Amino acid sequence: MTRAAIVAMAQTRFEPKKGKERVQEMVWEVVKEVRETTGLGIRQKPGDIDTAVTCSDDFFDARTISDSCIGDLVGAHFGPEEKVAMDGLNALFYSAACVLSGHSEVVLLAGHCKESQADSRNLIGYCASDPVFLRGVGLDYLSAAGLQMSAYLHRTGATEKQCASAVARDRRHAAKNPKALARKPVSVEDVMGSDYVCDPLKQLDIYPVTDGAIAMIVTTEDRAKKITDKPVYIQGAGSCYNDYYLGDRDLSRDQALVAAARRCYQRAGIKDPRHELDLIEIAAAYSYQELLFLEALGLVDDGHAGRLIESGATDLGGKLPVNASGGMLSGNPLLLGGLARAAECFLQLRGEAGERQVAGATRALAQGATGPAAQHHIVMALAGK
Amino acid sequence: MSMKRKVAITGVGQSKHRGHRQDVNQPELVWEGVSDALADSKLDLKDIDCIVHGNMELFEGIHQPDMWHTLGDGARMKEGIRITTGGTTGATISCAAANLVASGLYDTVMAVGVEKQEEGQTTTGITAMADPLWGREIQTGAITGATGVIWVTELGERAEWAAAKLRVSAAKNAMRNPKAHLRINITEADVMNSRLLAYPLRLLHMCPESNGSCAVIYTNEEKAGKFPQKPVWVKDHVTIHKEETFFRGGPRPQELSQSYAARTLYDRNGIKDPYKEIDVFEMYDPSSWWEMDWACHFLRREKKEVLEMVERGDFELEGAWPINPSGGVVSTNPIGATALIRVAEAALQIRGDAGEHQVPKDVRTALASGFGGTFWTVATLLVKEL
Repeated sequence: MTRAAIVAMAQTRFEPKKGKERVQEMVWEVVKEVRETTGLGIRQKPGDIDTAVTCSDDFFDARTISDSCIGDLVGAHFGPEEKVAMDGLNALFYSAACVLSGHSEVVLLAGHCKESQADSRNLIGYCASDPVFLRGVGLDYLSAAGLQMSAYLHRTGATEKQCASAVARDRRHAAKNPKALARKPVSVEDVMGSDYVCDPLKQLDIYPVTDGAIAMIVTTEDRAKKITDKPVYIQGAGSCYNDYYLGDRDLSRDQALVAAARRCYQRAGIKDPRHELDLIEIAAAYSYQELLFLEALGLVDDGHAGRLIESGATDLGGKLPVNASGGMLSGNPLLLGGLARAAECFLQLRGEAGERQVAGATRALAQGATGPAAQHHIVMALAGK
Repeated sequence: MSMKRKVAITGVGQSKHRGHRQDVNQPELVWEGVSDALADSKLDLKDIDCIVHGNMELFEGIHQPDMWHTLGDGARMKEGIRITTGGTTGATISCAAANLVASGLYDTVMAVGVEKQEEGQTTTGITAMADPLWGREIQTGAITGATGVIWVTELGERAEWAAAKLRVSAAKNAMRNPKAHLRINITEADVMNSRLLAYPLRLLHMCPESNGSCAVIYTNEEKAGKFPQKPVWVKDHVTIHKEETFFRGGPRPQELSQSYAARTLYDRNGIKDPYKEIDVFEMYDPSSWWEMDWACHFLRREKKEVLEMVERGDFELEGAWPINPSGGVVSTNPIGATALIRVAEAALQIRGDAGEHQVPKDVRTALASGFGGTFWTVATLLVKEL
């Protein structure tokens, strides 16, 4: 496909509770930064930002039409704005589509989520359950993940300890990421010793409650080169919905991610993902998903991800670095899980990832998930050239 | 701003819109619209590459409803995205589906909008859009008499009769549309004697809460030539939002988004006089007062002239400039689908397939509008030939 490019990115520090900032203030911090970096105005002169795409959620914001409160911040006063109400990587994909369609030229993307505002994040996931069959049994995103983890461990023989090693790795990486929430390293023993929350999920297997915002500017390949020396190109993307009812799926596998990855690789011209990608960013909200998703992406044989992670091959400096950012397990809100992955790819491909830089990274993969037990996936390939 | 690839509508579908649909659950209601669109397009689900889903989460209290709705919209194992913008959602997913086709990423995309309002409290849902610190205590949902007061102040009782006449005209059109929700036989006197909500807005001026779904299928030029249904072309679309604080800069009146969107759309497409160049208009009319007021902006005419048009019957189905031959939003309002229904109905008018509510003329250009959020407008221009 012809390419769209990201020319600027900003993210807040991810924190457990941004008690002194409203969502508007979080969004303004990142929007201001990408506008200052690029020097772009909003429809003030030709070539300025012409369209806004946002990502937020009515439930997390406890607000109908959650984008209406940030319209002025993203320049949507007397201008276009459209809200993607699912994982933020879809919003980046849609921003690219707007540019490729010719209907927009420069898109400002802003995503926000303030998980700390809800008394219980589980209650929001519970509301995704249909009122007829699932609410009666109390299914929320956490219990859906617990069921999926059991199914995955049972089928593949992967262990809770291997899942814990993914947490330990992410936390090691997060220690080098100044934007991450959980920067204190934890050991496999720490994870194994943490309390069971939803068997077999333990406290440290689960991503922390997080507040934060991310902004990007997306434009055409030609414009990108004029705005920055180091555009990051979106090479291809693919998505897929799985079955809604967990009983309709083989919960131990992730057929939707397999399909989304296949679509992405085909569009990006990737024939051998194991050898063509320099770094992988996976939106695993729960530890076992680090294993399950890596396998579904075709980056390791089915059932072998645990051993690969334990071997250190997915560490920084290993042959396939995964979640150099620290991943969702080090703190990103659910809605920005995938967008934060693309944000890390952006920094890595520009050589701006500081202490956690993967040397010579030119091609990266970002993935995002939405829904109970990751019912919907999106996969995106990004490149520095 | 011009789309890189031509985009055609190759099929439209709607559920039966009703006040009570306890016979179906949400995915089943979605499937009614989707299966109707597939039947209209003579396509199969396998022909659809991507689904764009939209509705209002807090109206039914279902978080991420696109997940459950995969059981009805056919998105299982397909690509898809969920996009929402309040009342404009239906119009926004139409724009998004058109953008996704124009981008070359997909050949055929289906936009699906739905609302099952009997499963929630709509006014509570709308009230929750106001700022929790500054606005929520005084927000009254979508019920406001402000526009009517301006009309009555300027033009007196004549304006009240005109708003009632518009409502009666919508009811007559809805009687000819089997899918419409409120198919009622009313007179101007009934409208003017109906319960007062906020002077001069009365119950019968106001849109209902409906249960229903709508699906529209978009495809590229190559596929449009091969698919069985007559194509209707998406010529352009414009989205104009406004910030949430209505009165920024003091009480100075600001241009309405309807006016700004219409102006932008006409300038970009060389439309000098919409009265002559647009054949039919499917407007998102939350109330008859707003229909009359916004007609001024979309027609680029003064109030007095539009008042005369109403009195002359210009906006009736057989009139010179028909508005909402479907019966409009005052007759049918499943919110997440409402603005998409405008696009679907405009497409049917161009095809000449609107049945009993087809306007009796050759429709070459049709306008569809969406309204929502904090006074936002989406305007979509459809044509028979590009």
